[in-house]
Amino acid sequence: MTTNSEITQSGLWTNNVALVQLLGLCPLLAVTSTVVNGVGLGLATLVTLVVSNTLVSLIRGFVRSEVRLPVFVLIIASVVTIIELAMKAFFYDLYLVLGIFIPLIVTNCAIIGRAEGFASKNPVGTSALDGFMMGFGFLIVLSVLGGLREIIGFGTLFANANLMFGEAASVLTIVLNADYGGFLLAVLPPGAFFGLAILIVIKNLMDERKPVTSRAVDDSLVDNL
Amino acid sequence: MNSRQILLSGLFLWIFAVLGTGFVALTEDTTRNKIAENERRVLLRNLYQLLPAEELDNDMAADTLEVPASTLLGSEQPSTVYRARLSGEPVAAIFNSIAPNGYSGKIHLLVGVYVDGSLAGVRAVKHQETPGLGDGIEVRKSDWILDFNGKSLDNPGHSKWAVKRDGGVFDQLTGATITPRAIVQAVEKTLLYYDQNATVVFN
Repeated sequence: MTTNSEITQSGLWTNNVALVQLLGLCPLLAVTSTVVNGVGLGLATLVTLVVSNTLVSLIRGFVRSEVRLPVFVLIIASVVTIIELAMKAFFYDLYLVLGIFIPLIVTNCAIIGRAEGFASKNPVGTSALDGFMMGFGFLIVLSVLGGLREIIGFGTLFANANLMFGEAASVLTIVLNADYGGFLLAVLPPGAFFGLAILIVIKNLMDERKPVTSRAVDDSLVDNL
Repeated sequence: MNSRQILLSGLFLWIFAVLGTGFVALTEDTTRNKIAENERRVLLRNLYQLLPAEELDNDMAADTLEVPASTLLGSEQPSTVYRARLSGEPVAAIFNSIAPNGYSGKIHLLVGVYVDGSLAGVRAVKHQETPGLGDGIEVRKSDWILDFNGKSLDNPGHSKWAVKRDGGVFDQLTGATITPRAIVQAVEKTLLYYDQNATVVFN
């Protein structure tokens, strides 16, 4: 039996989707050029993970094992499409900002990874929590990587926050150095690889200083894919 | 695995396909009107960005004209022209124009042309240019696209309708030359289209 604190720790740190499982790299590397982009994709992924984990867990008792993967794919694709339509209908301005990221969520194998590796074997509440924590861990990495690349690439932080959180959020934008010419490498995809590598190095260094007992990477979840 | 189990699995998969498609269809059906309404609202907002509201008194989104596909507008499909009038007199026309040669595919533009052939303004409404580089063509991210305001075919003249790197008068964006180049070409072509079809547009 997995406890809630273990799930939280696993999602946020020891089994982090982006830093340990290295899943969902396509959207991760594609959109993290700014904090706002990272947060946008992170939030949409989080919602998808919670909903798909909950649904998969609900049907886990009677899904036939030989067709479970196509069924999970169907569920995830339907959920993402419905989220996209709902955003278009009720949060159209937010959709105009995030619209291009939403279909990318389907390509994020972290979602089917959690469906297969966790939700199909655990009760609904635990699965929803796992989806939330995994999504939140992903969101944090996306935001930090976005911040790193935005500072190095543009010399700003939280640029265009108003696009996501309304005009009041314009004040969040911090221009660190107005004369900064920008560093293109950080903005382009190679910068995302370097940035992610730096974050993984930092995480591993922090892990080495901690007592070994706190490490609980469940490799079997990843190997299932 | 016997054939009965194969059938059962197939049936199970089928049920989920029907359920998934059903829910998506249901959502699509309930949100369709709302989405169309939102799109119209954004279209109107875009149209009125190009023309000050006091310069016209008609409903631009209703006073439209379908024009056949034209290479000058970059479209392979018939496209819609929105017409602005004041007391029935033509003021300006807003074209849906496509720059086919953006860095990442087509760039959809709204190009507003006053009746005298000068530009009311240009806006990029849909594109996939690189975030942080080519997307400076969006007015909410940079003022670049406002450079077109007031320009016409004679101002600055054909040889100068280009980005500075190509000897023209338009700035390129930092780190992006292909995107502005595509837009400059598309806007000039739209002006040419208007020049050749002005009478048809306001018939």
